Amino acid sequence: MTGSSRVADDRSTHDDLVLQIRSLSVALPAWADRSLAVKEVSLTIGKGETLCVVGESGSGKSVMARAILRLLPGPHVRIVGGQVLLEGEDVAQADARRMRQIRSGRIAMVFQEPMVALNPLMTVGRQIEEILEVHTDLSRAARRRRVVATFEDVRLPDPERIFGAYPHELSGGQRQRVMIAMSLVLEPKLIIADEPTTALDVTTEAQILTLLKELQQRHGTALLFITHNFGVVAEIADRVAVMRHGEVVEYGDADEVLIRPKHPYTRSLIDAVPSLVPRKRVSEPEKAPAEPILTVRGLEKTYGGRTTSLQWLARLVPRLSRGSRGAVHAINHIDLDIIRGSAVALVGESGSGKSTLARCLIGLERADAGSVTVAGTEIVGLNRRAWRPLRSRIQMVFQDPFASLNPRTKVGDIIARGAILQGEGASAAMAQAHKLLELVGLEARAAERYPNEFSGGQRQRIGIARALAVKPDILIADEPVSALDVSVQKQVLDLLDDLRRRFGLTMLFITHDLRVAAHVCEEIVVLKNGRIVERGATADIFADPQHDYTRTLLASVPGRDWQIQLGGKTPIVAK
Amino acid sequence: MRGGKLIRYILMRLLQAVPVVLGVVVLNFLLLQLAPGDAATVLAGEAGGAPPEYVEQLRSRFGLDKPVLVQLVVYLKNILLLDLGFSFRNNAPVLGLILDRLWPTLLLMGATLIVSVGGGVTLGVLAAIWVRTWRDHLISVVAVVAYATPLFWVGLMLILVFSIRLDWFPTSGMEDVVAFNEGWKRVVDIAHHLVLPTVTLSLFYLALYARLMRATVLEQRGAEYATTARAKGLTERAITLRHVLRNALLPIVTMAGVQVGALLGGSVVVETVFAWPGLGQLAFQSLFARDFNLLLGIFFLSACVVVLVNLVVDVIYVLLDPRIRVGGNT
Amino acid sequence: MTKPFWVRFVGNPRVAFGLIWLALVVISALAAPLIAPPDPFAIIGRPFAQPFGAFSLGTDSLGRSVWSGLVHGARTTLLIAVVATLGAVVFGGLVGAISGFYGGRTDDILMRVTEFFQTIPSFIFAILLVAILSPSATSVVVAIATVSWPPIARIVRGEVMGLRSREFVQAAITLGESDPAILFRQILPNALSPLIVTGSLLVATAILTETALSFLGLGAPNLMSWGFMVGAGRSFLRDAWWLVAIPGIAILLTVLSINLVGEGLNDALNPRLRTP
Repeated sequence: MTGSSRVADDRSTHDDLVLQIRSLSVALPAWADRSLAVKEVSLTIGKGETLCVVGESGSGKSVMARAILRLLPGPHVRIVGGQVLLEGEDVAQADARRMRQIRSGRIAMVFQEPMVALNPLMTVGRQIEEILEVHTDLSRAARRRRVVATFEDVRLPDPERIFGAYPHELSGGQRQRVMIAMSLVLEPKLIIADEPTTALDVTTEAQILTLLKELQQRHGTALLFITHNFGVVAEIADRVAVMRHGEVVEYGDADEVLIRPKHPYTRSLIDAVPSLVPRKRVSEPEKAPAEPILTVRGLEKTYGGRTTSLQWLARLVPRLSRGSRGAVHAINHIDLDIIRGSAVALVGESGSGKSTLARCLIGLERADAGSVTVAGTEIVGLNRRAWRPLRSRIQMVFQDPFASLNPRTKVGDIIARGAILQGEGASAAMAQAHKLLELVGLEARAAERYPNEFSGGQRQRIGIARALAVKPDILIADEPVSALDVSVQKQVLDLLDDLRRRFGLTMLFITHDLRVAAHVCEEIVVLKNGRIVERGATADIFADPQHDYTRTLLASVPGRDWQIQLGGKTPIVAK
Repeated sequence: MRGGKLIRYILMRLLQAVPVVLGVVVLNFLLLQLAPGDAATVLAGEAGGAPPEYVEQLRSRFGLDKPVLVQLVVYLKNILLLDLGFSFRNNAPVLGLILDRLWPTLLLMGATLIVSVGGGVTLGVLAAIWVRTWRDHLISVVAVVAYATPLFWVGLMLILVFSIRLDWFPTSGMEDVVAFNEGWKRVVDIAHHLVLPTVTLSLFYLALYARLMRATVLEQRGAEYATTARAKGLTERAITLRHVLRNALLPIVTMAGVQVGALLGGSVVVETVFAWPGLGQLAFQSLFARDFNLLLGIFFLSACVVVLVNLVVDVIYVLLDPRIRVGGNT
Repeated sequence: MTKPFWVRFVGNPRVAFGLIWLALVVISALAAPLIAPPDPFAIIGRPFAQPFGAFSLGTDSLGRSVWSGLVHGARTTLLIAVVATLGAVVFGGLVGAISGFYGGRTDDILMRVTEFFQTIPSFIFAILLVAILSPSATSVVVAIATVSWPPIARIVRGEVMGLRSREFVQAAITLGESDPAILFRQILPNALSPLIVTGSLLVATAILTETALSFLGLGAPNLMSWGFMVGAGRSFLRDAWWLVAIPGIAILLTVLSINLVGEGLNDALNPRLRTP
């Protein structure tokens, strides 16, 4: 046990403790890359307290959380040592019957993805009522009243209607509120929340975090909160445990750990969180003439309402449609000028049309109306052949490093292909690919290997090298770091920033994360429901947002105050 | 509201089925034109070297001398009036012939559907509950073997064992005609005759459902919503029965829709093996007799059955899965 | 971490059983004239000889060698099933690839046609086709291929559609790769494993269809086949059950082996789908 953890334990007297985890170990199956998912972890949670367990993917934080309720998958992942004491009773030794009483009754759980954590074929009301059916002898009517009251408690609108709704009929935020109601209904001592806001948009995330804090105060429930996001930790934690490779490396009060981290790993994680301090323009804007390299005018794109001339044929053998899909106006009359050499972030939540806009610009999607010119050439309505020479002007870095590289092609061929298509000789293209690999921080030898031999961050570097191989003027990056761990995120962002300056690239950066936007872009365009609601210099927008939505977005960024405190810089962010 | 929408949806689907069925009829009509010989040559041939004039006379009587398109239009018009034409071989209207043979086939198909779906689902769920025990392995091995067994051969082997050797069941036919059974006794007699053909026709799909069900139940038990149910404090049994089963039934329903088309094909074989007086046998006989009117009628009817069953399957799906929206007009 | 493909594949006892039986069938089919009387229709002795007597597996109602029929029948059945499957895979694969790759109207039309073919009961349709084309090896191949392609088309379409929206294909588009190059360099190599698995399982279905057709007397008239042997032995079920049982067991074991190998292939190609 580390010194800091002993200090933390001493703080709470025994009577106040809800949960005590004592050197808990969880085994992984024989074929895994390490033998223990969780290695001798000791933690305590007091009444009404929030303990955040932070870690990157593979740190064992989720396995640890599930081990408490013994929800580990299969016979291979199992508890092999230690105790989980719930008010003195060892849950790890409880028999199946006692375990069922504890689940939901004493310890409840909120999962990351409410869409898959709820049974799609059962109304949400029924799914919660079922808990009361198992654990209490309330009458049917009383059960219903209790569920509806809990729905009110978690601020669900029209709880009677929601009782009879199916999961797919609710929004993401509503589904997570239902999950929280499910965990609350029996007033348990402890709620374990496993990344409960990761799948949500940032504004919804802020609402759910507020709700959790409020409920916790009202009910005095202890909360074990699993997350990878230090911003969220700063918002909600009383105490923090940082996990790496199945071990707790740092454990202590939130103020201590967040402001004065002791362990180098914690420090590196905190350093990797992009600061909210907006960057200044790199090049002197006065000197460069305001020559737009990319001009967008009145761009429109609507999805759905397809098959026009073939509708008669489609009616012959109709198929059932899953869920509702009406026509969606994905982007709605967008006007945009991008100045050569600038870095512009397109910021928006899901459904804002930011990705559709990017796809229209790169020719992956055909715009319905409007005009886009790249260095004076109109691209809307061009066919594939006419696009080809333009490919060397505008390129894209994709979101998911695991999906964006063909698993059956060698890395060298992946990178060289673009240059070959532009008329480069095969050996020259390969030589260039080797150089590019070194440029993005990999070895030239990597060219001979297949994508599956690389980690997510390395793959994203390969994706960047592929885009650079045709020497583009404009680089569109579509959420290039959102699938990566925090520590890797920072490296990839810095790489992009460095390359951009070195080659004088114009960069269009698509992101949902204002932090990331502030870190790499001098300009921000905020999108909502397919429209631009605000645009301007990053510093100006952060200091004085004009639009309500921008203000909400800024206010929703988790851990704002903490970062200001941490940086010790003047709060540029408007309150 | 949902009920009203559902009825509208069903009516709309029925309307949309008409062109599909007519398409099947047109395709088969045109294909049959490619076949060597027609009813006239067959009849004349049986009459024994009839003079060409006689063949011509027959042709004009049947309307076979007209251009193909004219014949097609006439046929389509008749079908829309539910007039399926006349079978010259059997000297009877096609519709009557088919209706006579329809119910034995429907009886066989219905019994098969019940046995294969019911048995398959039960065995699959049991195998999933007993997963990795000897009982699971036994079910799996039997299913794998049954899945590979040719239909006609199962029928013959069942006859060999249960009719010839053990004398438990009759070898062929649908009822004991000479016994002149009536009422309840007749029902029992038919049921007795029904056992072996049903088992034969069910076996393949029973195996398929058992395997599909086992795999889906196991997969769904690992789904996140099952973990949620576990976290609620439910027993494994309750999780399987209340949550997993309904989700696992969805692929079975889809598969059952596919099965019906195959059952019609399988019934040709099974009816031949067991001399079951159904549509399959009739189709087979009419093919060799070049009785194209009768054959077309059977195709028309089986297309109707397939389309109807697909509709029933889709309606069941809608009732089982709330995510599917009906009446979403584009 | 995970064992190489071949070890996972052949190390599976079910696959090993299937491969051994299939190897025996293929070898005896190839060597048929050497290991059995060269003409399966020739009369070699008295009729209804019991198996494991004078004539290895006995004789049929006309005194023809059952053993010779079995190995020559293997030739017919396997050849027809494999050729028909290849036809169905090529045609269905093409339809599915075009449908999934281009989407939109092309996809609409092709999928309506596919669904239409699935509305017609396949075995009855196969019977009709053989009857129209008059029974021969070619017409049986054509009939089986015609009723087998729609499922292949649907699987390939789904696979291609899924891959087409994957980011590496999008990346190829943004690099300016041409359509055929994207289809053949990016998509097909990744769609190959489900196609191989489905294709191998389809051979089993094709064998079942071929034997059922020849059982009904709709097979190639001058070629010995397993289905024909069962059909011919059927009338003598009471007295000479082995005439039905022996070719039936051959069909059963062969179809079973192909299924086992096909599923083993699936497990080995997609190790993550395997239940632990």
